[in-house]
Amino acid sequence: MSADFLYAIEVLLNGLMAGVMYSLVALGFVLIFKASGVFNYAQGVMALFAALTLVGIMNGEVPFSHLINAMFGTQVHDFGWHVPALAAIGLTAVVMVFFAILVEKLILKHLIGQEPIILFMATIGLAYFMEGFGDMMWGADIKPLDVGLPKGGSIWIEENTAWLGGEGQRFFGFFIDKLDMSATLVAAILVIALTLFSQYTATGRALRAVADDHQAALSVGISLRAIWVITWSIAGFVALVAGIMWGSKSGVQFSLAFIALKALPVLMLGGFTSIPGAIVGGLIIGMGEKLFEFLAGPLIGGATENWFAYVLALIFLVFRPQGLFGERIIERV
Amino acid sequence: MTSTVTPDGRTIGDVLLEVKNITLRFGGVEAIKNISFDVREGEIRAIIGPNGAGKSSMLNVINGFYHPQEGEIFFHGRKRNAMKPSQIARQGIARTFQNIALFKGMNTLDNIMTGCFTHMKTSLLEQAIWWGRAEREEYVYREKVEHIIDFLEIQAIRKTPVGALPYGLQKRVELARALAAEPKLLLLDEPMAGMNVEEKEDMCRFILDVNAEFGTTTVLIEHDMGVVMDISDRVVVLDYGRKIGDGVPDEVRSNQEVIDAYLGVAHD
Ligand SMILES: Nc1ncnc2c1ncn2[C@@H]1O[C@H](COP(=O)(O)OP(=O)(O)OP(=O)(O)O)[C@@H](O)[C@H]1O
Ligand SMILES: [Mg+2]
Repeated sequence: MSADFLYAIEVLLNGLMAGVMYSLVALGFVLIFKASGVFNYAQGVMALFAALTLVGIMNGEVPFSHLINAMFGTQVHDFGWHVPALAAIGLTAVVMVFFAILVEKLILKHLIGQEPIILFMATIGLAYFMEGFGDMMWGADIKPLDVGLPKGGSIWIEENTAWLGGEGQRFFGFFIDKLDMSATLVAAILVIALTLFSQYTATGRALRAVADDHQAALSVGISLRAIWVITWSIAGFVALVAGIMWGSKSGVQFSLAFIALKALPVLMLGGFTSIPGAIVGGLIIGMGEKLFEFLAGPLIGGATENWFAYVLALIFLVFRPQGLFGERIIERV
Repeated sequence: MTSTVTPDGRTIGDVLLEVKNITLRFGGVEAIKNISFDVREGEIRAIIGPNGAGKSSMLNVINGFYHPQEGEIFFHGRKRNAMKPSQIARQGIARTFQNIALFKGMNTLDNIMTGCFTHMKTSLLEQAIWWGRAEREEYVYREKVEHIIDFLEIQAIRKTPVGALPYGLQKRVELARALAAEPKLLLLDEPMAGMNVEEKEDMCRFILDVNAEFGTTTVLIEHDMGVVMDISDRVVVLDYGRKIGDGVPDEVRSNQEVIDAYLGVAHD
């Protein structure tokens, strides 16, 4: 096989794994959208906030240390201990549950029955608030995150695929990042676990019931507010996983919230109401943008990754407005 | 204790539900005007009346979807404070809807399983890890649901997505879901509307069997006079939000105001 072809495959594989990140963020959007009809603009910021909190806990940072030092003239920064990664992840998950409860109590509860646009505006407010709050709590520095996931290219894959090129080709085997692979694995486990939970437990059924029909759900005794807390908590866990993956790759930094906006074209592609759609949409966008950059980037000056996803989504909107997996929107007249 | 025995041998007990001087307004429209009636334990109580009479609104008041501006509701003899529909469901009031409200994304079995929601006690965490207790609970209720499925003769469609079912069967699945809650009080909003004669007969039989077998107190709205007179113990008649008749079928049938209302207003 020719080296160019093999490199294209490598690009494709890497794109696929980059797409997993988009899928994860999009998944959080879909979960909340299905349960409460809220388009949660803050999903990306939730990933950032979760990652910041995780790093903060792991490093034993004192929350609000800037504020405390400015107010009292002290010099506190950290507690001087380190929390093991797993324990810190557990603690962060608890924080995300608290966050979900607060969102329900302070925002959703008061906006029951409001227009979707109002709820959307509320989540925009929430996003900006959380960004500022995260900054105030943990500071704005870029922080490395290492929860012990493997890093670097997989030598094993490289060595065992080198022969594909054959004699005399300049191909030295596929370069696949181990971090990308573990991200893919974790994402797969997460999606399977979520599916099992929603299919085979009473609460899972309640989640699906609320997504289908609020009135009927109420009539069998399901409390919408409890379900909202649960969905926002799950979305918080998904955000935490996404935050860990992004953070391990490029450090925990505030640009993470913007990258998460790529979930928007992913959702247009996959449909706002479909969990498989979020996954497949993310993979297609990830793959598409890497491959497009590889093939067309050199011809038109590069940096196509900034806009490719949006153009693809736009084209898609014209032909299939409900997305790949979304329910067809039929306006009753 | 004031229990009576019906001619067909069922026992009718104390007052289970009492609505007193209920008035419900939507803006300027008075959908329910100062209505009172009671429902006794074990009886089948019908609400009839022409279109727009306020029948569905009355059910919505009872199950908490609507909050009346005036009046009181007593359940089990105790005055009920304003409550959310989900809380009222937990007190043992289940219902079906005039326009079928099933969970379209689920199959028949899952739809009916949601009916057990109020009874399932294991915590979210136990369910999440499918821990022993949660698993056992799931099987216990699964068995109960299978019982209801047999009872309503819908074994053949257990795994069918409900959206794909014909109208009559969807109505039956909705009844099954309500029964899964093992309700003290069952509210049925036009359970036979839009059915053919054979389906209607089936549904009548099911309602009677449920009542006979489990003693379930039932309030049902129905337009078909023949059906109402056949299966109900007592009938409330509404017209333009007012109560114009209340009593056993024979009394209601000979009530002049009721006859006028039905002759004067077209209904389906
Ligand atoms: N949510 C609502 N908002 C405004 N008006 C309502 C609402 N629900 C019911 N109404 C009004 O209350 C009145 C009674 O309606 P209701 O649905 O209770 O009648 P019904 O007896 O069930 O009639 P049908 O036999 O057609 O089902 C009608 O005038 C209706 O327009
Ligand atoms: Mg009605």
